Amino acid sequence: MRRLLPHPLVSAALLALWLLLNQTLAPGPALVGIVVALLGGRAYDRLEQGRPRLRRPGIALRLAGLVLVDVARSNLAVARLILNRRQDPPAGFIRIPLALRDPRALAVLAAILTATPGSAWVEFDAEEGWLLLHVLDLGEEGEWVRLVKDRYEQPLLEIFA
Amino acid sequence: MIPQVAELPWFVALPVALLLLAGAGLTLIGSIGLLRLRSFYERVHAPTLATSYGMGCILVASMLFFSVLQTRLVLHEVAIGLFILLTTPVTLMLVARAALHRDRLERNAAVPPTIDRRAA
Repeated sequence: MRRLLPHPLVSAALLALWLLLNQTLAPGPALVGIVVALLGGRAYDRLEQGRPRLRRPGIALRLAGLVLVDVARSNLAVARLILNRRQDPPAGFIRIPLALRDPRALAVLAAILTATPGSAWVEFDAEEGWLLLHVLDLGEEGEWVRLVKDRYEQPLLEIFA
Repeated sequence: MIPQVAELPWFVALPVALLLLAGAGLTLIGSIGLLRLRSFYERVHAPTLATSYGMGCILVASMLFFSVLQTRLVLHEVAIGLFILLTTPVTLMLVARAALHRDRLERNAAVPPTIDRRAA
């Protein structure tokens, strides 16, 4: 079973995506989808050593909700900054020390920070864990550090522990 | 197709229209930002309006519209959203890092230098 299906979650996601794209549950496309899902799971196994596991689904859901709200808020804030013609936005770079090292967790954090309109992930120093972030509304620097560290990094540390 | 659209009940047509307007508005503001903002790093932020809630609003509107029109759940917009969500960070990071590399080579003072290991 483990040889055939090394990553059940990855395979299930692939199958769901396949059915979604084909918009059908008919046996033909479903069979092709199952083959794709099995091959995809095996390919992922070759690429990635160790298995990703969702340890704390509750925390992951809560984080997803938080991100949804934060991204919406950031959308409005950035729209206001762009439409304010009188002054240029108080943009700048920030360095944030991260404790995260798991590449998957870092990928999720990068996706969160990039999806948020007000912040962009620019550079990460893997050796010492410095993240260089560019933000459109600098404001108080400690505020950004707290946002990234407490709001996003802490839950990610628990999820990918 | 067109006569069917006219039969769309108002309590569906209204949210669909509002969501489309909101999504299109956010995308437009993002494009204006791309024009208006000054530095490269500021400009990187503007299109994210389109790829986050701009896209989200339009996709939800599309799901609502076609689900009601075809009286079955139309969900493949979820896949579109997922792909955009996964691919934008990769592109943005690639572009941002290329800009950073160029600016450091040119010794642009506005860009933070690489971390000095002895000082850290």
